[in-house]
Amino acid sequence: MTKLRRFILIFVPYSWLVILFLVPFGIVLKISLSDIAIARPPYTPILDLSTGWAGFKEYLSQLDFENFVFLAEDRLYFLAYLSSLKIALISTVLTLIVGYPIAYGMAKAPNHWRPTLMMLVILPFWTSFLIRVYAWMGILSQEGFLNQFLLWTGLTSAPLTILNTDIAVYIGIVYTYLPFMILPIYATLEKLDDSLIEAAEDLGCSRLSAFWLVTAPLSKPGVIAGCFLVFIPALGEFVIPSLLGGSDTIMIGKVLWDEFFSNRDWPVASAVAIILLLLLVIPIILFQRNEQKNREANQ
Amino acid sequence: MAQTQHPQGVFAPWDDPAEKPIIRFQSVSKHFGDFTAIDDLTLDIYSREFFALLGPSGCGKTTLMRMLAGFEAPSEGTILLDDKDIAAVPPNQRAVNMMFQSYALFPHLNVHDNIAFGLKRSSMPKTEIPARVDEMLRLTRLEKFAKRKPHQISGGQRQRVALARSLAKAPKLLLLDEPLGALDKKLRNDTQFELMDIQERTGTTFVIVTHDQEEAMTVASRIAVMDEGRIVQVDTPDRIYETPNAVYVADFIGDVNLVHGKLHNDDQGRPSVHWGEGRTPIVGSMMDPAPAGTEVHFAVRPEKINIGTERPRDVTNCVRGKILDIAYLGNISTYHVELPSGEVFKAQATNSRRIARRSFTWEDTVWLWWSDTAGIILTR
Repeated sequence: MTKLRRFILIFVPYSWLVILFLVPFGIVLKISLSDIAIARPPYTPILDLSTGWAGFKEYLSQLDFENFVFLAEDRLYFLAYLSSLKIALISTVLTLIVGYPIAYGMAKAPNHWRPTLMMLVILPFWTSFLIRVYAWMGILSQEGFLNQFLLWTGLTSAPLTILNTDIAVYIGIVYTYLPFMILPIYATLEKLDDSLIEAAEDLGCSRLSAFWLVTAPLSKPGVIAGCFLVFIPALGEFVIPSLLGGSDTIMIGKVLWDEFFSNRDWPVASAVAIILLLLLVIPIILFQRNEQKNREANQ
Repeated sequence: MAQTQHPQGVFAPWDDPAEKPIIRFQSVSKHFGDFTAIDDLTLDIYSREFFALLGPSGCGKTTLMRMLAGFEAPSEGTILLDDKDIAAVPPNQRAVNMMFQSYALFPHLNVHDNIAFGLKRSSMPKTEIPARVDEMLRLTRLEKFAKRKPHQISGGQRQRVALARSLAKAPKLLLLDEPLGALDKKLRNDTQFELMDIQERTGTTFVIVTHDQEEAMTVASRIAVMDEGRIVQVDTPDRIYETPNAVYVADFIGDVNLVHGKLHNDDQGRPSVHWGEGRTPIVGSMMDPAPAGTEVHFAVRPEKINIGTERPRDVTNCVRGKILDIAYLGNISTYHVELPSGEVFKAQATNSRRIARRSFTWEDTVWLWWSDTAGIILTR
């Protein structure tokens, strides 16, 4: 009985992973090894089970790595990956710079304020992500609120061009992923025993050095978790660069979309997705390691 | 009780008018909003003392300590450390270190680095730090654990790391906030003696905050018993126990029998307590004489009451009652004896005989008696 129960307990989550992750991944991998075709679906070969074993062997022989070779040869893809990495990295750092003080302020706020502040951080999730990005278009455009405000205060004499530049993309990513940075950092800072800071001061630290020597190292797990939670989705981000970015903002998510829907080149699009996944696997593994280490340290 | 031997004899700087206190609280008050944590408190603590602040939680003892460390500033009054007002000195510039109740060890640093933490912020040359840390590790017998992180050592070892860390900078004054609260009883007893030993060897002035009266009695040279932001009594442990100045102190320290009554002074001025119609007044000693008729309490410790089946002769203080309960503790037994009037007296007797040969048991009628000087008459 217990064996059966244990089997069910393991089987349910794993079947979820197999059906919703591994199987789709297998399909995408297969498409990435196929060739483009003007047909429906727009690739070949297609597995036909009625042809039996010989047909299956024939089917396998038609799969190749042509699309990956193509990605390696065309500099566009390499540049797109590189620029995605750059944008993801810079926006992760920016999110950290904005998010850490907010998390710190939340953790230092009086107890009865904390639920409200937490609510304010989560509140944006109640509105559709797309609507929030469109709202930013309204704020950042030439005639947008920001420019109107700057012109009104006289800080600028002509409207700034922010929308459709990399800056708008950074603003969009920082805004969207800020809660993912704040929450893990807040969680570590909130657990931090105040007497540690007092002990540091008692032993001769100024407020600032107590922060650098005690608070900062002890909040490192939260910072690392927050950075990964921002970096990983930012790398493959599509909506923000396509709505807020300009024509020269190249991100791999956008390239992928173009390959899929404009070119209808499913095999190349799949190959792009596979490479992106491989790129993401490294930080995801590092992230898991970090989590594991924290769990062990907390035991 | 810690008896630090001076060349001149017993260590008692508080009785020596020439001696200057290291810490002086002068009419210090501390308010948190409407709440008064410390109420017009004046107190002197002398160098090399092991001073205990004793009281229930919320009595202000921790606030008093945090004011010494610099985490709180007094609302009124001044605190002098070596004759200098320390109100404006931030915690990181005070020659005072604190051992926190939670120990507050830095979890990301190993034992060695925890102890070195304060030294690295001091003016001590970098090359001398390892030697000082090693000295502290030796003092607290932690040499083997220098490379361990705080979560890899036991509670008792953590307590010693906290002590070593706070002693490393050789502070003038070491504050200990419930230092042994997290340890089990056996370890606590051992550590109390270790603390006293370290205090004597380093010659540091220790101020300890505790709610455990036994701990205060064991380690302290003097105890301040606190209640609601005031000090009720400051004295050596034996005087606190034998001659409390208030019912609060008598009741807080150890076990006590209390009798309420009216004061009567006889022709020679000997005080006695009239505690009911038709009962023989109780004779006791009194520190501060008061006019007859004053409402007083008579306090006597259970171990000072004798118990027996026969009425003793030539004893003034003698009552008869029925044994209600016996608490057998092995070495001693506490008898709860109910008087005909309903009061319950506690009397303690050493079990010098085997229990089978005890001459009285439940429901037996017994006599309780005590000498004229055994108990004390208190006016408050």
